[in-house]
Amino acid sequence: MQQKAEKNTRVLIRGGSRRSSPFSVMMRPLNIATLLIALTVAMPLIALIVIAASGTTESITNIANTILPVSTKITVLLLLGVGLLTAIIGTMCAWLVSFFEFPGRKIFSWALMLPLAVPTYIAAYSFVEFFSFTGPIQEIIRMIGGYTSIKQYWFPEIRTLPGTIFTLSLVLYPYVYISVRALFHFQSARLIETARVLGVKQFPIFLRVLLPLARPAIVLGVTLAMMETINDIGAIEYLGIQTLTFSIFSVWLNQNDIAGAAQLALILLLIAFLLILFERWARRGRSFAENRMSSSKTRYTRMKLEGQSGRVAAFACVLPIVIGFGIPLSVLADYAISYYPFGLDGDLLEALITSLVFASLAAVITVLLALVLTYAVRKSDSGLIAFAVRIASVGYAIPGTIIALGIFLPIAMFDNYMDGVFRQTFGISTGLLITGSGATIIYAYTVRFMAMAEGSLDGGFKKIPTQLDSAARSLGRTSSGTLYEVLLPLMRPAVATAALLVFVDSIKELSATIMLRPFGINTLATHVYDFASRARIEEAGFASLIIVAAGIIPVILITKTALDGD
Amino acid sequence: MKILTPTISTFMAGAVILAASSSLSAAEVNIYSYRQADLIAPLLEAFTKETGIKTNVLFLNKGLVDRVKAEGENSPVDVIFTVDIGRLSGAKDNGVTQTVKSDVIEANIPTEYRDPEGHWFGLTTRGRVIYASVDRVAQDTITYEELADPKWKGKICTRSGQHSYNVALFASMIAHHGEAEAEKWLMGLKENLARKPAGNDRAQAKGIFSGECDLGLGNTYYVGLMQTNEKKPEQKDWAKSMKILFPNSEGRGTHVNISGMAMAKHAPHKADAMKLMEFLSSGPAQKIYGEQVFEYPIKPGVEPSAIVMGFGEIKPDTLSLDEIAKHRKKASELVDKVGYNEGPPS
Repeated sequence: MQQKAEKNTRVLIRGGSRRSSPFSVMMRPLNIATLLIALTVAMPLIALIVIAASGTTESITNIANTILPVSTKITVLLLLGVGLLTAIIGTMCAWLVSFFEFPGRKIFSWALMLPLAVPTYIAAYSFVEFFSFTGPIQEIIRMIGGYTSIKQYWFPEIRTLPGTIFTLSLVLYPYVYISVRALFHFQSARLIETARVLGVKQFPIFLRVLLPLARPAIVLGVTLAMMETINDIGAIEYLGIQTLTFSIFSVWLNQNDIAGAAQLALILLLIAFLLILFERWARRGRSFAENRMSSSKTRYTRMKLEGQSGRVAAFACVLPIVIGFGIPLSVLADYAISYYPFGLDGDLLEALITSLVFASLAAVITVLLALVLTYAVRKSDSGLIAFAVRIASVGYAIPGTIIALGIFLPIAMFDNYMDGVFRQTFGISTGLLITGSGATIIYAYTVRFMAMAEGSLDGGFKKIPTQLDSAARSLGRTSSGTLYEVLLPLMRPAVATAALLVFVDSIKELSATIMLRPFGINTLATHVYDFASRARIEEAGFASLIIVAAGIIPVILITKTALDGD
Repeated sequence: MKILTPTISTFMAGAVILAASSSLSAAEVNIYSYRQADLIAPLLEAFTKETGIKTNVLFLNKGLVDRVKAEGENSPVDVIFTVDIGRLSGAKDNGVTQTVKSDVIEANIPTEYRDPEGHWFGLTTRGRVIYASVDRVAQDTITYEELADPKWKGKICTRSGQHSYNVALFASMIAHHGEAEAEKWLMGLKENLARKPAGNDRAQAKGIFSGECDLGLGNTYYVGLMQTNEKKPEQKDWAKSMKILFPNSEGRGTHVNISGMAMAKHAPHKADAMKLMEFLSSGPAQKIYGEQVFEYPIKPGVEPSAIVMGFGEIKPDTLSLDEIAKHRKKASELVDKVGYNEGPPS
C-alpha cells in the first residue's frame, strides 16, 4: 500500500508515464553515468568472457569431465558450511549483545568485529600453526597424556573441509554480526515488548519474532561471507581445499590453458550471480525504512542476565573473538618477537604508506561510483539499470588474480594502441602509460569491492522513505540537489561504513596487487606475501600485525557508525 | 574551448616526456621474478658490483607470462627468473622469450638443463627426494616406483598434487613409463597417502616429526632451510627426525627440477641482460646462488654448500627437462583424473 502510494506521488511529480522506453531511460544523465560506470566495472568480466570464448572444445570437455564435478561439489559444500556457521555465530552474538545486559557486553559489542581485520590467508596460516602437532594445544594434550606421536590420540585437522569451514567462518562471521546487529539496533521495541507482555519467553521471541525480521540482514551478511569464500585462494591453497578457484589456477598455470581457466571463472561468476539473486529474493518487499521509522525513539530495555546465564552469554561472545582474533594475533605476535629485527624497516614503512594511499583512493572512488549506481536504482524503475548495477557488484566473487588479468589485458592493449598512434604521428613512443602505474591497482580494488559499497549504500537508501525525495523534488530541488542536500546527510553512517569496508578490504587485498604492481611498488600485503610464499611467514610477523592493526581502526569505526548513538 | 586545447596538448606533451624519459635510463636490467626478491638479491648485488649495471626486480606469484604477453613490445622486462621447468617452458610456449646464443652460457650449463633452441637456461637444480623417518623407516634406498607399493599404505605425505614440483615429478614418470603406467602408479601413491595432500614441503617434514607419516616427498633445499633455522630452532628437530633418501640412485637417478632464467622477447636492455645471464652462469655467481638457496649449482665442478653436501651424493636423472615439460599438462590432468588431492580413500 505504502509503496504504491509512493510511486503514485513520484509519477505525479515527474508528470509522465512511469514506464519509459529503454531509449529514454538511457538518455537521462544519471542513467548514462550509471551505465558507463557499470560498463567500466564490468570490463574485466567482459575480458574474461572473451578469453573463455577462445577455448578449444577439447579442453572444455576435459575440464567438464575431470575437475568441474569435484570442484563444484567442494565449493558448494564449503559455501553451505561457511554460510551456516557464520549465520549461527553472527546472529547469536548480535542477539545477545542487542537484547541482553551481561558482563562485558559493551566491549563485545565492538570486539566481535575484530576478526574481520584478519585476512583469510593469515587466519589459515595461524590456525594451522596453533592447532597443529607443534602448536600449544596439542603440546598440552601430549604433556597430559604422555604421548609422543600423533597416532596415539585423535585431534581434528585444520587442513580439511570442516577445518576450512571453521577457519573461514571465524573470520567472516562479522559480516553477519554487523548487519544483524544494525537491524536489531533499529528494531521496533514495541514488537518485542508486545511479545513479552503476551508472555512469550526470550528464546521463542528470538525464534518467532526476531529471526524472521532479521532474515534479510542475515542473508546480506552471509552473502558477503560466501563471496569472500569463493574468491579466496590464499587460505584455500594453504589448506589444500580444491575449490573452483583452486582449479582455475591449476588449469591456468599447470595446464597452460588460460581459456579453460576463464571458463571455470565464468562458472564462479554464475554462482556469485545466483548468490546475489538469492540475497535480493530473501530481501524481497522488505525495506529497512519501515522498521526504523516505525520504531520511533523508544529503545528496548535490555534484559539483565545475572549469574550463570550472564556468564554463559559472555562466554558465547568471547569464544569467537578469542578464536577469530586472539589466535591469529598470538601466533603473529610470537613471530614478531622472534624475528623482530626483520620487522620494522624502511621497506615496511614505504609499504605502509603505499597501502594507506591506495586504500584511501580506492575507498573514495568506489563509494562515489557506488553512490551514483545505487541512487540511479532508487530513482529508476528500469530493469536495464537494475541489471547493470547488479553486474557491477559481481566482481567481489572473482579471485583477485583473475580480476587483475581481466584488467591488465585490455588496458595493456589500449596502452600499446596509444603507443602505436603516437609513434606513427609524432615518432615518439609513449610506452605503457596506464599499465605501468598504480592506477590499475586502484581500478582492481574498485571492481572487487564495489559490492561492499553498494550493499551498504543500498541499505542506507532503503532506510529513507522515498516520500522524502518526492517532497524535496516538489520543493524545487533538482535530483542531484535532493541527493546532496537531503539524502546524503541522512546517509552519513552508510557512506562511512561503505568507505571503511572498501578501505579494510583494500588493505588486505593481495592477489590483484601482486599481479598489477609496477616495479618498486609494495603494499603491506605484498610485503607479507613475499615472505609467506617462501613458507617463512614467521619473518613477516611484524608486517602481518600491521595489516591487522590497519584493519582494526576502520573496524571499530564501522561499528560505531553503523550503530551510532549506542 | 580555446583554453582547453593548449591545456590538453601541454598535458599530453608532459606525459610523453615523462614516459619517454623513464625508458631512456642508463645501464640497467629489469627482472620479473617468480623467486622472491631477497633470495636473488645477493647475486644481483655481486653483478652490480662487478659491472656497474643496476637491476630492478619485480616479484610475481602468478600470471607472469600473461603479463609480459599483454605488455607486448613495450614490456619493460629484460630477464625472467623462475623456478620450475614448467614455468620456463610455459614462457617459451607463450612466445614471450627469445633465443640466446652465448658460448659462455653453453660452456657453463649442461645441455639437459637448457632449452635446445636457447629460450631458457637452468641456474640451479634441486632434487625431488624422499624424507624418511629415522625411527620408523629402516631402508636406506628407495625408488619412486616403490611409493605405490601397498606396504606404505597410510604412511606417505605430500603437498598438493597440482603443485608444480609434483606435477614435474609426475611428468617424469609419464616420460619414463608411459601414461597408462604412470596413472596406475599415481593411483597407488594416492592410496598410500597418510592424509589429504596439503601444506608445503616443510609441512611434510613436520608430519614425519609428529608421527603422522613415515615418508614425505620434498625438495632438497627445505632440509637445509630447516637445519639452519636459528630463529625457530624447533625446526632443527623436525630435520633431525628424518633422513634424505635419493630415489632411484641405483637406477636412472633422482628427478631434479631447476630454477632458471629466460630473455624476454622485447627486452629493452638486451646487451646488459646478456651480461647478467652470462654472469649468473659463471662459477662465482653459481657458488653464491647455491649457498643462498641450498640448491645445487648447475655448472659442473662448482660445489654446493657444506650443508647440501651433507645430504649425501645426488645422482640426477639425465632425462632432459624439455622432455619433462612436454608431459606436464598430461601430468596435471592425471592428478585430477585420479582425484589425487582428495586424499587417501577412507
